[in-house]
Amino acid sequence: MTLTNLLRIAWRAINRNRMRTLLTMLGIIIGVAAVIAMTAIGEGSKQSIQTQIAGMGSNMIVIRPSSNVTAGARLDNSTVQSLTEQDVIALQKEAQFLNGVSGSVSARGQAINGANNWTTSMQGVSPVYMQIRGWPLTDGNVFTDQDMALANKVCLIGQTVLKNLFPNADYAIGKTIRFKNIPFRIIGVLSAKGENTFGQDQDDVILAPETTVMKRISPTTYYQTIFASAVDENSTDKAANEIENIMRDSHKLKKGTDDDFTVRTQAELINSLSSTSQILTILLTVIAGISLLVGGIGIMNIMYVSVTERTKEIGLRMSIGARGIDILLQFLIESVLISITGGIIGVLLGLIATQLVTYFIHWPTLVTHFSVVVSFLVCFITGVFFGYYPALKASRLDPIEALHYE
Amino acid sequence: MNNQIVVIKNLKREFRMGAETVRALNDVSFVINAGEFVTIMGSSGSGKTTMLNILGCLDRPSSGEYILDGVQVSKLSKSELAVLRNNKIGFVFQSYNLLPRTSAIENVELPMLYNKKYSAKERREKALTALAAVKLSQRVNHLPNQMSGGQQQRVAIARALVNDPVMILADEATGNLDTRTSYEIMMLMQELNTDHGKTIVFVTHEPDIALFSKRTITLKDGKLLKDEINNHVQSARKMLESLPALDESLNVKS
Repeated sequence: MTLTNLLRIAWRAINRNRMRTLLTMLGIIIGVAAVIAMTAIGEGSKQSIQTQIAGMGSNMIVIRPSSNVTAGARLDNSTVQSLTEQDVIALQKEAQFLNGVSGSVSARGQAINGANNWTTSMQGVSPVYMQIRGWPLTDGNVFTDQDMALANKVCLIGQTVLKNLFPNADYAIGKTIRFKNIPFRIIGVLSAKGENTFGQDQDDVILAPETTVMKRISPTTYYQTIFASAVDENSTDKAANEIENIMRDSHKLKKGTDDDFTVRTQAELINSLSSTSQILTILLTVIAGISLLVGGIGIMNIMYVSVTERTKEIGLRMSIGARGIDILLQFLIESVLISITGGIIGVLLGLIATQLVTYFIHWPTLVTHFSVVVSFLVCFITGVFFGYYPALKASRLDPIEALHYE
Repeated sequence: MNNQIVVIKNLKREFRMGAETVRALNDVSFVINAGEFVTIMGSSGSGKTTMLNILGCLDRPSSGEYILDGVQVSKLSKSELAVLRNNKIGFVFQSYNLLPRTSAIENVELPMLYNKKYSAKERREKALTALAAVKLSQRVNHLPNQMSGGQQQRVAIARALVNDPVMILADEATGNLDTRTSYEIMMLMQELNTDHGKTIVFVTHEPDIALFSKRTITLKDGKLLKDEINNHVQSARKMLESLPALDESLNVKS
């Protein structure tokens, strides 16, 4: 008995009962379509969270001061002053996996433009900060290294600040605003970045050279934060390790003492946020899996009916030379054919459903190869698993009894 | 080809029914040679169905020997029996046993699907030849429900012929047919026997049928009652011609 003959026999049997086969397939079709659509929606939302976070600055690594133990007492994080210009220089010089390092200090205060005023924060950074955050300008230019060296009173303003200080939508570039009574010339306007994942308005900010802020606004020699970016996404972990080593060196920390800083990569943030949608994906997949199981039971049921109904046919086949294994394979291939065909239709239907969801409800979706491959595999296994017992029953029939079955 | 197609020696078949042992066949011996047309007769309970099952390699004897075309059947496994049935026996049943909603040619091709040596082309050619032998070349693509009982039985005979078996085993093959159609089938059987040299074993309880065969083996209570040569074989063709003429439209073209 060759495989082509077995396939031919199974195909003929299926063709003889088209309506019934289609109804049996329906369970599998719905199950697979559900798996494809559900995982696509789950993956889509995960992906959109990831791109949102990546939008905060790709490959960004944030270094903050951390409490260390001084004479037995743990100090509050915010009072710790441990990040210095030396750290930034050390990182710029030594780090292999970083392509940008910027210190950052911020000060809150009132910004005034004529009759309009707005309380906001001014953040002192270096020009590379815009690259680290992935934050282009809509207008003007970023301040230069010369501005940094001379601590020039120039600034970039966020969209929220622009709206509140220039309500009549005047041209802001070149205008002078006052922050804490110190005049700043606006040389650029930042593009809108929206709220971050914690609901903070990221556009409510004025960016100025760090030297300007550290010398003229709130005199200090310490940074509150150091922002850095890894050369690419895959090397963020390596970069974080490297930063820790360089910083420990720079701070002359002995072995065994705690770090006086913390290093956070976006990966951690991505992980914690996507775990929510991960749970969603798992739940949806479980539901879809259950519907596949129900579909499988449908196949098993119809295969039992089919075996009983075709007892006489089985007897005839045996009498003209079919062995037990031939009968077993015939029914097994029939059930696998039903489940695989159902799987193919299900995948197509799932893809269509996914497109419809994207088109009409505008939910982000992403069909993964993984979900398609797994669906097919599960279909195949379902066909074999649920088809096996009916097929075994058929193959063990006694030809004499089967021939005289009415 | 071995001249002795069937050798049955001291054959016994017992069934256990609870505590009792039923002897369906008790010490039966006979030989069937190539080219014979044998009727196995017997009333119900005579053991003729058990004989048929054993001859057809569907069942194995409890003791004794059965040699089919030189093969010791008693020692074979179920799968080996299946292969033997496929190669050496052509079954014709009372109720035709054609696959429903399956064309005549596909029904005839069926035994060859279980035999690897035939290609799809050979299958089709052999099936067409077999259908021509039973004079159904005009009905190749008809479905069983589009054919009369006699035509269906002829498809079944074509299916039995197609694998070139050493023996055609018919089980009450005319039982479901009217007299005229029965004669037609017997005429076909006689032609296959005389013109094509096919060995035919016909199991039946109808004494009329025995008139057409060359030899009759009669069983009773599991034992061989009579084994006699029929010196006055009736021609089914002549019997058919002697029947009152039938409406032309119902007449089978042959």
